[in-house]
Amino acid sequence: MAEMWINMGPQHPMTHGLWNMRVKVDGETITDAEPVIGYLHRGWEKMVENRRYPQIIPMADRLCYGSSFTWSHVYCMAAEDLMGVEVPERAKYIRAMSDELQRIGNHLMWLAAIGPDLGNLTIFLYAIREREMFLDLFQSLCGARMTYNYCRIGGVRNAAPPNWERDLVRTLDYFEKRMDEYEDLVDRNKVFRMRMEGLAPMSGKDAINLGFTGPVLRASGVKYDIRHNDPYEIYDELDWHMCTAEEGDTYARYRVRMDEMRMSMQIVRDILKKMPKDGPIRVKPPRNAPVGTGFARMEDPRGESLIYIIGDGTDQPFRVKVRSPLYVILSGSKYLLQGYKVADVPSILGMIDVCMGETDR
Amino acid sequence: MVDIIGAIVGWIGFHGVQHWLGTPGVLNFVTILIVGLIVFIVGMLVSITLIWQERKELGRLMDRRGTQVGPIGLFQNFADALKVLVKEHIVPEAADSLVYNVAPVLIIGISLLMFVTIPYSPGFYMSNSQLGVLLTFALFGIVPFAVLLGGWASNNKYTLIGGMRAAAQTIAYEVPLLLSVVGVIILAGSLNFFDIVQWQQDNVWLIVPMIIGALVFTISMIAELERVPFDLPEAEAELVEGWQTEYGGMRFGLIMMSEYARGFVGASLFTLLFLGGWDMPSFLNFVPDGIWFLLKMFIVFGIIIWIRGAMPRIRTDQILNLGWKRLLPLASLNIAIAIVFKTLGWL
Repeated sequence: MAEMWINMGPQHPMTHGLWNMRVKVDGETITDAEPVIGYLHRGWEKMVENRRYPQIIPMADRLCYGSSFTWSHVYCMAAEDLMGVEVPERAKYIRAMSDELQRIGNHLMWLAAIGPDLGNLTIFLYAIREREMFLDLFQSLCGARMTYNYCRIGGVRNAAPPNWERDLVRTLDYFEKRMDEYEDLVDRNKVFRMRMEGLAPMSGKDAINLGFTGPVLRASGVKYDIRHNDPYEIYDELDWHMCTAEEGDTYARYRVRMDEMRMSMQIVRDILKKMPKDGPIRVKPPRNAPVGTGFARMEDPRGESLIYIIGDGTDQPFRVKVRSPLYVILSGSKYLLQGYKVADVPSILGMIDVCMGETDR
Repeated sequence: MVDIIGAIVGWIGFHGVQHWLGTPGVLNFVTILIVGLIVFIVGMLVSITLIWQERKELGRLMDRRGTQVGPIGLFQNFADALKVLVKEHIVPEAADSLVYNVAPVLIIGISLLMFVTIPYSPGFYMSNSQLGVLLTFALFGIVPFAVLLGGWASNNKYTLIGGMRAAAQTIAYEVPLLLSVVGVIILAGSLNFFDIVQWQQDNVWLIVPMIIGALVFTISMIAELERVPFDLPEAEAELVEGWQTEYGGMRFGLIMMSEYARGFVGASLFTLLFLGGWDMPSFLNFVPDGIWFLLKMFIVFGIIIWIRGAMPRIRTDQILNLGWKRLLPLASLNIAIAIVFKTLGWL
């Protein structure tokens, strides 16, 4: 068969969101690949420049419905950096805890998405079922299931309702058992292993050169986690370690994310122990930001997310720039895909956890 | 069956017509027609039940309901059938419309033709050919041709790749499938389903000596049926819906139906060849033969559904590796075992 370009997306069961993965195939072997984004472009960065600082928080939620809390969190951190606001201790703990719960929820959605990508619907329904529990926790915490609008410049909106901590501990206990079930279903399944092992390996050096961050980078054996290398909030006081793997292949990416879910549970339990029971959770930020720049970066479920704000002394930012982890990782998809089969496109791209909302902005 | 038809004709009582109808040629023709119709209807009903079984069992495995319409979801299939019936039949502009329209007819026709060869019980069957096993597998062999035609005629990159995959996969798995049956044929000494079942009634269910063959047969049969984990030709995440992407409405419904019809034939073949067909322990004699046969068939299909619930899809190169490098030697080993058993006179 002659070489031909195949469009995977914008309407294709494989695409997680609206985008176009163009692959050039020779028979079923991929010789070239090109991600085309722009089908979901909302002009986010321009749009928020016409809003006041607190009004941007719900917009930041919309960057990715899978990890909306971390995005509003990183925006709030950047705005606090610009305004020089010091966050109360308790709010820092609540934020870190929500980050970790969001990480579990997001990884669960990733796990759900790779199920149909690899051709198994069971893992999809199992992971979505457990994700509901975390959505319920967020719902009772802040009233919303997807876009929380919970983080505030200078703290968080409200404290947890009564009995929330009890529900959280129960959920974690239950979820730990379910994690074993996932590993039974995936790790001990020969066909899953056949599909993932040795697929699209990437050395640590290549991953760094391509600018990868997050679980995809850590799966290549690079010890880089912003929670550890540049700790924000209270991560340097917590009892946790970085999850890495050496192989750098698709299976290693899977393993790192599964380990991260367990690690997030450990972090949440640790936070519950160390969190101050009383105290303020919010301080009032100034209405007008000073002239200057604010900058914050954090470990998003997908990698390093960064927001850079330039303030011009008014109540609206002069410029907001987002660096999303997936935008960079997707640009390396050509190097990940070349030489593999059409059937590997969903498994390779599924394992980098594609979310177009934050990529296309 | 002939007696029943004769009784019906006698009861109608048109004397002149009765005389004409009573001639052996007409009687024979009418008998074949009516028996064929009955076998067709029963086969279709069993296939519909298989769809229901699949949805229920997958629902159980995936912790959801599966079907909702009617008592225990029994009417869901009919609701879905109504849905696809009222949809418009669309032919893509670039498609080769003749081949495009013929391919699904070919597929459903072949699948339903396979009902003919499957005996449900010593008293309920359509044909009793001496070469029944061979005929069934020959019919199985036509399906990839029709699939390739359908995939090619749709004039779409996904369907073309899907059709090619179907051809590569089904041709590769035809070989171990047939070889795994050879052991059964050697031991039973016949290509006739009735002889094979009779042999198993006299000796032992063939799954006991031919366990390797049964394994190879199951795997190859799943590949022939294009089901998970070997559903590469319709791989949803990669090729949208593979070779059936362009088919909509009732054509799609017929293609889905034909898959379950073939699933019924495949599970029946396993039952007949390895599980002793309608053979049952003597203390269970009150259960009719046909029911016992269908029960075994449903259990076999249930295992195939279970595999679907647990497995992801495997890759093109892996499926071919598995077929040629693992299943083919295993099937050959199975033949060697059968020959040893036969030569030493153990069975």
